[in-house]
Amino acid sequence: MADAKTAPAGGQARPREQWTGQVGFILAAIGSAVGLGNIWRFPGVAYENGGGAFLIPYLVALITAGIPILFLDYAIGHRFRGSAPTAFRRLGGPRGRWLESLGWFQVAIAFVIAIYYAVVVAWAVSYFVFSFDLRWGEDPAGFFLGEYVRVGDPGFSLEFVPGVLIPLAIVWIATIAVLAAGVAKGLQRTNVIALPVLLIAFLVLVIRALFLDGAAEGLNALFTPDWAALGDPNVWIAAYSQIFFSLSIAFGIMITYASYRRRRSNLTSPGLVVAFANSSFEILAGIGVFATLGFFAFQQSIQVSELENLTGVTLSFITFPAIVAQMPGGPIFGALFFGSLTLAGFTSLISVLQVVSAGIQEKLGISPRVAALTLGPVCAILSILLFSTTTGLLALDVTDQWANNIGIVASAVLMTILVVWVFRRGDVLRRHLNAVSTFKVGRVWVFLVGVVAPIVLGYMLISRIVTLIIEGYGDLPSWYLGVFGWGTVALLVILAVVCSVVPWRRRPDDFAPWPALPETKSEKEVAR
Amino acid sequence: MSGIAILFLILSILLIWGGLVASTIFLGLRPQVASYPPGGEDDHREDMGIIEHDT
Repeated sequence: MADAKTAPAGGQARPREQWTGQVGFILAAIGSAVGLGNIWRFPGVAYENGGGAFLIPYLVALITAGIPILFLDYAIGHRFRGSAPTAFRRLGGPRGRWLESLGWFQVAIAFVIAIYYAVVVAWAVSYFVFSFDLRWGEDPAGFFLGEYVRVGDPGFSLEFVPGVLIPLAIVWIATIAVLAAGVAKGLQRTNVIALPVLLIAFLVLVIRALFLDGAAEGLNALFTPDWAALGDPNVWIAAYSQIFFSLSIAFGIMITYASYRRRRSNLTSPGLVVAFANSSFEILAGIGVFATLGFFAFQQSIQVSELENLTGVTLSFITFPAIVAQMPGGPIFGALFFGSLTLAGFTSLISVLQVVSAGIQEKLGISPRVAALTLGPVCAILSILLFSTTTGLLALDVTDQWANNIGIVASAVLMTILVVWVFRRGDVLRRHLNAVSTFKVGRVWVFLVGVVAPIVLGYMLISRIVTLIIEGYGDLPSWYLGVFGWGTVALLVILAVVCSVVPWRRRPDDFAPWPALPETKSEKEVAR
Repeated sequence: MSGIAILFLILSILLIWGGLVASTIFLGLRPQVASYPPGGEDDHREDMGIIEHDT
């Protein structure tokens, strides 16, 4: 690695940015965790994987993987006080500076996710506006695929769709403005305003949904347990996947967020609040979405089980508009739903991009404003070029599959194995958590992050890779999956390597973690 | 709604929302540890401070 200066050149060190307090951090962390997946993924996943019985694997996954990995992220970010690359480099110590590359791998995942996640937020903004005059008319599927995103054949087109491009540009301008304002005045302030608004809007939506005809049948479908499902390993994997993808863990967000906490900060107790708040919103979304779907089934005189398109993009942009069109007071209901989707998506988007911003701020020694004004336009241009065209929807779908199911899961497996087994930092991180937190974690936490998490996530990763290789994805041509799917994974690895060899403006190695904790025998061996 | 569906609706609310309430109360009662290890004042010079350039 090239030499870097050890002192700031041409300027003076400025205090590290901080949340203004515990509540600000908790709101920002909840804002990051509560995203599109809470609203459009959880209800359908729970329904298709045992209904009420899904609660059991879901809670097991939350306690054995979700919360433990969340604590691991917090511990790494807080002890080593930096973005993912800085924190992992410091964690690796003098013999393991290469661990920085894992941090850049996480930054690369965040970069890729941000450029397509913004597009979905832009769709939600458009549909929020469309709600007021029910622009989709009698054929929401035809409107979304044909008139709105104008989906074309797989390929790469430069035929831009103005209806997507304009809201996308607005989303990027807002995102850059928030990031440029910094942690306290940008991220925290946005969440302090957006999160209560989101909660109130969604509560109004759920209460309205509960009084619709057929709502009880929808809830009946969601909460009736299918005990046989508990014997299916895929149901357990679905539960671990839902918890894992929902909590914003293992790709740098919570490491970055925890690094902005003061040293003398409680970590685990706020972590429990964040984790349960995220799941509480999922339960709320399940009630709201299935009460609404019950109404839809009632209107068509069919069973809820006969409905299709119950998750993801199709649920939000095809099924829900169809329901809204049939509903008394539909425009208001639609505005509440798409407004909620916009807020949930935006608060997650800014957290994803903060991972990238923090990484380059520390590597290049630049301010949040400079980082936002250089990184933001690059992301915006890529986002517009790739995803606001007639081929954008397919590209987005494929990139999302690979970045999430391979990128993030691989990142989690690597992180848990390297931190716990290779660098033997499990116990020191456990003692770090206990030194500053009121909710103490025992040695079982190290077992959960070092054994249970890599086994479950490793199985998820391998089974997904095998499935994608053998079966492909969505009947799309293999060359297309090679470019946008496997190409995304290759890009993540290349970015991780390239960013690792770029010299630091000021190397972050002269650093003493606090509190000073005596090393165990195995930690000393690794250090030698 | 069937009885079993109502039961699981209530169970979900009690366990998940109850977990949120319990963790919030726990945090309110114990917002920070009684005593921290020595040090730990936020001396920002130890962090990799963001460099301000004179432009």
